[in-house]
Order: sequence, then C-alpha cells, then structure tokens
Amino acid sequence: MLNGRQHGGVSVTIATSLEDACAALAVEPCPLVLSGGTDLMVEVNRGSRRVGDIVVVNRVPELVGWRRKGDQLRLGAAVTFAEICGSELESLVPALAQAARTVGSPQIRNVATLGGNIATASPAGDSIPVLAALDAVLELRSAEATREVSLRDFITGVKQTCLLPGELIEAVRVPVLDGPQEFCKVGTRNAMVISVASLAILANRGSRRITVGLGSVSPAPLRASDAEDHISPHINWDGGAIPDEATIAHFARLVAGAANPIDDHRSSALYRTHAIRVLARRALSRVLGRLSAT
Amino acid sequence: MTGTRVARRTGTAPRIGESARRPDGVPKATGSFSFSSDLRHDRMLWGGTLRSPHPSARIRSVQIGEAVAVTGVHAVLLSDDVPGQKVFGLEHRDQPVLAGDVVRYEGEPIAIVAADHPEAVRTALRAIVVDYEVLTPVVDPMTVEETESIHPDGNLIRRIHLRHGSQDVVGDVQVEGTYEVAMQDQAFLGPESGMAVPADDGSIDLYVATQWLHSDRDQVADCMGLDPEKVRLTLAGVGGAFGAREDLSLHVHLCMLAQHTGRPVKMVYSREESFHGHVHRHPAQMWYRHHADRDGTLVRVEARLILDGGAYASSSSAVIANATCFAAGPYRVPSAEINGAAVRTNNPPCGAMRGFGAVQTCFAHEAQMDRLAKALGMDPVELRLHNALVPGDKLLTGQTITGTAPVAEVIRTCAEHPSAAAIATDPLELPGGTGRTADPGHVVRGEALALGFKNLMFSEGFDDSSEASCRLLDGVATITSACAEVGQGFVTVVQQIVREVLGVDEVVLLQASTADVGSAGSTSASRQTWMSGGAVQEACGQVRVQLLERLATQCGVDTDDLVLADGQIVSLSGGLEVDLAVATEEPVEASVVFRHAPTWPLDEHGQGSAHVAFAFSAHRAIVDVDTELGLVKVVELTTSQDVGRVLNPMQVVGQLEGGAAQGVGLAVMEEVLVTDGRIRNASFTDYLVPTALDMPPVEIAALIEQAEPGAPFGAKGIGEAPAISSTAAVAAAIRNATGLNLPRVPVRPVDIVFPEGAT
Repeated sequence: MLNGRQHGGVSVTIATSLEDACAALAVEPCPLVLSGGTDLMVEVNRGSRRVGDIVVVNRVPELVGWRRKGDQLRLGAAVTFAEICGSELESLVPALAQAARTVGSPQIRNVATLGGNIATASPAGDSIPVLAALDAVLELRSAEATREVSLRDFITGVKQTCLLPGELIEAVRVPVLDGPQEFCKVGTRNAMVISVASLAILANRGSRRITVGLGSVSPAPLRASDAEDHISPHINWDGGAIPDEATIAHFARLVAGAANPIDDHRSSALYRTHAIRVLARRALSRVLGRLSAT
Repeated sequence: MTGTRVARRTGTAPRIGESARRPDGVPKATGSFSFSSDLRHDRMLWGGTLRSPHPSARIRSVQIGEAVAVTGVHAVLLSDDVPGQKVFGLEHRDQPVLAGDVVRYEGEPIAIVAADHPEAVRTALRAIVVDYEVLTPVVDPMTVEETESIHPDGNLIRRIHLRHGSQDVVGDVQVEGTYEVAMQDQAFLGPESGMAVPADDGSIDLYVATQWLHSDRDQVADCMGLDPEKVRLTLAGVGGAFGAREDLSLHVHLCMLAQHTGRPVKMVYSREESFHGHVHRHPAQMWYRHHADRDGTLVRVEARLILDGGAYASSSSAVIANATCFAAGPYRVPSAEINGAAVRTNNPPCGAMRGFGAVQTCFAHEAQMDRLAKALGMDPVELRLHNALVPGDKLLTGQTITGTAPVAEVIRTCAEHPSAAAIATDPLELPGGTGRTADPGHVVRGEALALGFKNLMFSEGFDDSSEASCRLLDGVATITSACAEVGQGFVTVVQQIVREVLGVDEVVLLQASTADVGSAGSTSASRQTWMSGGAVQEACGQVRVQLLERLATQCGVDTDDLVLADGQIVSLSGGLEVDLAVATEEPVEASVVFRHAPTWPLDEHGQGSAHVAFAFSAHRAIVDVDTELGLVKVVELTTSQDVGRVLNPMQVVGQLEGGAAQGVGLAVMEEVLVTDGRIRNASFTDYLVPTALDMPPVEIAALIEQAEPGAPFGAKGIGEAPAISSTAAVAAAIRNATGLNLPRVPVRPVDIVFPEGAT
C-alpha cells in the first residue's frame, strides 16, 4: 500500500489489498473511494464535489477479475466495462455486455468499473437496469464486517445508497441464465451518450420468467413487475409459437406504465415513457424471436 | 516558451497544389504539441475568475476581505481596479472587463484572483461575498425591443432593413414558413488559457490562444491604460477556435493580475467556465415568404430575421449583416425585403462562429426552396439550377458579382455524384448506434440537397489588411506574419507559397507576435489564405525581383536573362549558374501590407457593394430515421465546393470534413440549452458533438477550380462553406424521410415523435 501521498493537502491511499483498503477507509471522516474515477473526477473538475482523502481501490486483487461458480458469476467491483464487453461475459451475461458497450468512450470503458457505476447510483447508470433484472446481489465489506444486499435495496434514491461509512463494494453476484437477453438504450447521440431511457429484458427458461429492468426513468432501480407477470405465462417456454401482437403491445404498455420519469435537460418525461414503450416492444420481439428459434 | 516552426525541404517538399502535411499534425496527435494551457513559468501564479450565478442582477456590494486573507493569495481585483478603459468589444466597446454595478448574463466575470496554487485560487473565489439584487432576466429576443433597456446602448444592436428592386412584386406561387436555429457552441477542445508576464519597464507580454493578435493587443492596451507597444501578444498553441476566440476572454484579467503582482500569471478555464467564457452562434428566429412564377423563377423574397445577440454586442452587427445580405441564398432574386435585427438580451453573448450568420439563413432559405419546389411540383434540384446565380448577376444588396460564381456547377456535380450508401445491417450503423435500439425494419431513408454561400473576408468598407515580410538569407526564407494559426493550415500553405515563388529549400515561419510585424487581420471570414497568403506571396515576389536585379547588376547581365528555379539562379543565355544560398549570403528582404479590393458600407436600404468575394457549396445528405424513436443516423454526406484553386488537397479535404461535422452537429444534436438565461448543459457530457458513429463519410463530388481574380493563385477561402449547407441538407433529408416540416434545428427526437407542439 502506498500511503499518505500528499497532493495539495489531500491524502491519496492506493490500496493493494482488500485488508489495506478497508483499513484505510476505517477513519473519520470517511475517505472517498476512487475506482476508475470517471464519475468522481467529473464532479471534482466541475467543482461540485470537494475532495477529501481518497482511497484508490482498483488495484486491489480481490476486487479485480471475475469467476464463475456453477450458475453464479462473481464480478469483482473493479471489473472494467472494457473487460465486461470484451470477454466470455458477452455470452454469459449478454445484456450486461451490451450495456457495457454503451458506457462512454473506449478510454472511459478501459477504466470505469462496475462497482463504481453502482456506487455512483445515477438513475442513468448503464449497468443498473441489467443488474436489476438479474436480481444482482452486492457483497459489501468494511474493516469490521461483511454483508450482502440486493442491488435494489442498495440504491435508495438518486445518487443515494445504503453504503455505510468505511464500507466498499467488494463484488457483484449475478446468475447465468438460460435464455436470450436484450439491452437497449436511447440517447441523443449514436455513441458515448448519457442514457435518456434504457431497458433490459432477460428470459429465464429455468424459472420460465421474463424479467425487465428499466433505466433513467426512476430515481432508483426499477423492475416492470406487472409486465413480467403478464408476459411470462404467455410464452411457450418449450419453443414454438410466440405471443400475438396484442399481447406484446399490452406488455409494452405495462412496462411503460411502470416508468416514473422526470423532465430534465436531456429529455421530457413524455418522451422517456414513449421510448420505454417502444424499446419494450422491440426488445421483447428480439428475445421471443430467439426463444422460438432455439 | 516561444519557438520557430522549421520545415526542411528535401527536394520534394510540397508546392502549390500538392498535399502538404501539417508540421503540427504529429505533435498534436501524439501529445507533444504545446497548447496555451501548457504554458509554464518558474515564478508563475495561478489566476481564477469569480462569475455571476445570475443572468441579471444589480451588485450592491462585493466583500473581498476574507479572500485576500487566504494563504497564498496575491491579488483580488474588481472592476475599480481596471487601470484603463473599463469596457472592451470587437465592434462596440460595450462589455465590462469586470462587472461593476450590474451583471447582464450568467457567468459574467466580477472578480479575479491570483494565488500561488489553484486550490488557493478556488478557496479565495469561494470567500468573495457578493450581495446581489436579483432581477428578472430579459430573455425573449422577439419582444426585447419593447422592453426596458438592459444596457446603456439599448436593446437593439443593429437593424438592417434591406429593400431590393421593386417592392410591389407578387409571385404566382407563394410559400411561407417560420424557422428557428438554436444556439450552437464552437466546442473547441482547448479551453481559454494564457499567461501574462510583466516586464521591468511596465510593459507586459501576453501569451494567449487567439484569432487576431493585434485586435486583442489594442483592446488590452486600452483596458490596461498602456500604449499599444507596451503590450506584446504572442500566439500560444491554439486548441481550436471556430470564431470563439475572436473576442477577449481572460486577456485583460491576466494582464491586470500580472501587473498588480509583478509575477507571471497563468489562467486556464474549466470546461464549464469555457461555455460561459466565449460567445456562441446566434440563435435565430426567421420568417420567410418566397414568390415565384409558375415556371419556378424566383421573383421576390421577404424575410424577417431576429438574432439573439445576448448581453453584449461582440460581432453581432456584422453577423446580422451577413444573415441579411445572404438571406435568400445563392439565387437570382430581383425583388426582396429583408428585415434583419440583432438584439440584446440577458442570454449568453453570441458572436462569431464558422459560417457567421449565413448558417442560420441557409437553413431557412433552403427549407423554403424545397417548399417552393413542392408547391410548384418541380424537382428541387431543378428549381435550384433554374435560379442559380451566375457571374454578372446582382445580389440582394444590388452588388454585381464580378468574381467567379460556379453555382450551377456546384449543384450539378453534387446532385449527380453516385451514392455509395448501402442499407446497414450492423445495429451500430443504424439510428441509435451502440444503444441497439433499431432493427433495419424500423428505419426509413431520406435524401436531400442544399446549397449555401457566404462572403470571403471582411465587408462593408472595413480596411482589411495583412502585413508580412520575407527575408532570404543563405538560401533560407524567413517569413514574419502575425497570422494566427488556429488549425486552418496557414503553417503549411505559407511554406507552399514561399517555395512556389522563391524555389527555396527551407522556409522558417516565425512565431506570430505583435512585437515583430503589423496586423495580419483576423483568422476568420475564410480570409487568411487570401490575405496573409497574399501578403507572403507579394513579399516573396518582391524579394525575388530584388535578388535578380542585384545579381544582374553584379554580373553585368540583363535581369530578364535570369531565372530563379529550384534553388538555382541561371541565365537563359548560358554561362551563369549561381546557387541560391550563395546568391543570398547578403540578405534580401521585403515587407508588404496586402489589401483586398475595397468594399463599401450598406446604405439605409441595405444596398451597396459591401463584399469582396463569395464561396459556394452544396451538400447532399442521406439519412436513416427511426421515426418511432425520433433517432437519426446521417448515412452519407456528399459535397461540391467552389474553391477557386486547391492549394493543399489534404487540407481542403480536412476542412470540408470538419466543417461538415459541425454542420451535422447543428442539424441533429448541438444546442446550448438556455432557460431563463441559464445554460443547462455546460459540459461535453451534455453538449453533444458528433462522434465517429454520428459523422458519416464525406464524399467530395467536386472541387470546382475557377481562379478567383485578386486571390493568391486564384484560391478562395474554404473553411466556412462546409459548415453552411451541411446543416440544411441534413435537416432536409430528415424531412424527406419523415414527411414532417421540421422547422427547427437541431432536430430533436421529440420533434419527430411528437411533431405537433414538441416539448
């Protein structure tokens, strides 16, 4: 661990082990956790966040990399989006890889991390709708304790989480599902854009469920539960016929009905809801097409 | 920190008409180029600016006691500390160096600080207490003339009521439309930055990224209360300009802090600050009515144009002149009434940006031409060809076009160029891009052509000049010019010109500075290749004549017998062959002030030969539109441009691609969002410019080469035209795909999805 590097009065600790990181965080006032820095440094440069002491965690071995255990994936919090969209994860969690590909530019994806995206807790976080649809579980750790909390309990509001002082996100656990997945995101540029509305639809042959996560249309992670309940029984999980257009349209309306968007400088709430409805229909059609083809 | 740019000729170094690589190209691509933000000095302090959070307020008091007490702070200065003239401005000096009793736009500077560390600067800025009486900002340009003045100079910056030809002409067919262009930002990458270094004699050196060193120098000197020769400006590495560096930003602030502290002071704006720190492209509200005969002949154009100039005049009066003069496009229009006004509001100040008034009206007049074609049942390309200007025609200003005007050639070559645009199957190449929102079945395609033009160089009787000198010594030509290289390629073209005229191996272009040479004029209005290129060409020509005369006298031969070529002077009659380096062991020098043909002011009816020359361009856009989500992919842009003569083909392609990219940006995404006078997207997170997935390949159908009289080698400026017709073409193609009116750019998703009353 490199400790106490002074930069204009700010102490920067580059943690090289999980124990070191937790120890460095266990002080008052609690230092900021820096991983890729692609959110934090924007706020710092804009002057909207004053920097206190910093603990850098993206070189902690326990936080780097991912592994598969049965039907579960354990992704270290410091796994980068470049690693997610350029690896075997593309086939294990395709929607997460699709979402990762929409994060910023290649330079951003090379350093931005999954844990950072979650901890920032922006409604527009690109990984959030996928993780919500996957029922992701977060492993949190502090010097004293570890605990597990679901993503949906973790993010409590706009840029609000239940992370306690001294705690960091160690890993994210998601299931490997049997079934096609789709992630779609609307922005006003064809790449490198903050989401105006996004949506993940995952098919799970094992549980015979469709799950739907929505992004940028609510303060906290959102599932379209009514739409999931509606569409799941209509699907012939053993292959063959797909639901008719009216059923799909109703599903899309239910998904849009779950959205609770705001007007801001990136879009109107009206357009966001409209976009979610369109994305729901298109993404479901893609999922159903692949379900029936296999 | 200064340096010279040296190009050693290898015997094959590019001359006129050949592609020359930029000397700063590789350094910029690899990160070794020194930008103005890289300036360093051992003893330097850091500067910072306190800006108004309110678009309109009275300042009751400013308390700086706590800021002065911050450790490391060396100066906190206010309006009262401005040593000379308190206001600056390009055309009207109406903008305070530091706001005193009133602020007129969000982000207006109020106080400046110098400290030994950027963090101390920030701490001091936070410690300044300003007591504001917040006022309701005046933000609607349509009603501002009936509103109480927000500035002693009034709310109208300039009105031009142009009347051309008979005023009682009525066409068989009339089309009417109202159009809107949003505020665009130049979006250069290098934020405002510079360094002022005080000298013992009370003079100041200012190193800064700018477009016109001498105009800056004169304004800074006035504000500093110094004689102009006591302020020396040297061009620091420019990270893009596009009009945004025509006005002063931190110039006077740096000099005040340096003079006050006796130390070099450096300042670099943050990205957010930069959005407040420079002018933008004027938002425009435009009403048009076109009249034509049934055969498509234009007989009259009426228009009302309102440009929102924001809080200060900047170059608004010249921008509205361009918008008015070129309001009908490059068409023969025998009768017109154009009522153009630039007005003052509490919105961000607007001024110069690539295209300079012609971009806004091009969007409108081209929409009108398409509307007219539809009303006539005529092919839109045929309608344009039918009305295209030719040399000898009159403009709306009554000015006769005496130079080249290959308008029909530009239209025809662009329209006839085959398209290479296939239907995409890769979702990345469809509207929505990486968001994977569309499948090919969700997409409709549209195609359209637009035509645009504007003036080259300064207009309306402005005494527009450029000085340059050439010194030939030991076979090396050294060029001195204050021309600001802002990316346009003067550094390459000047070498090509010198080599062409003098046949030398080596050309040295000295760092642009006010200390060494007179004004080169502004790097704007597509003028530097013509003006500073012309000055260099003439200076080199004089050196050549002097050299040959000297040698002829020395050798006792006739001057006409001598020829200078490829580093040798030889006599045609034989017997004499002198190496140029040997012939110039004694230097030969010449200095030239170059002027273009004179222009005249517009009269009270907007009539007069106000412009020097014109450049014309056409763009054809092919777009794919996801109508359900309102997302657009510009698939292909094809362009033809009237260039006079191609001096550096590689640079021409670069300018045509770059200008088109800014045009695509304005068509589909670029907008400074302003609500109640406040910018809501002052970042590159939310002010979007095209990425590689948004910018299509630019197919160059034709570069029309008709030598322009009076221009060096017949070359016209090429930088602005690409940004003019590209926006109009993309918007028209989206109309063609969707069948919607789309009277506003940028075209937003909601404009396509909810076309009635888009919000």
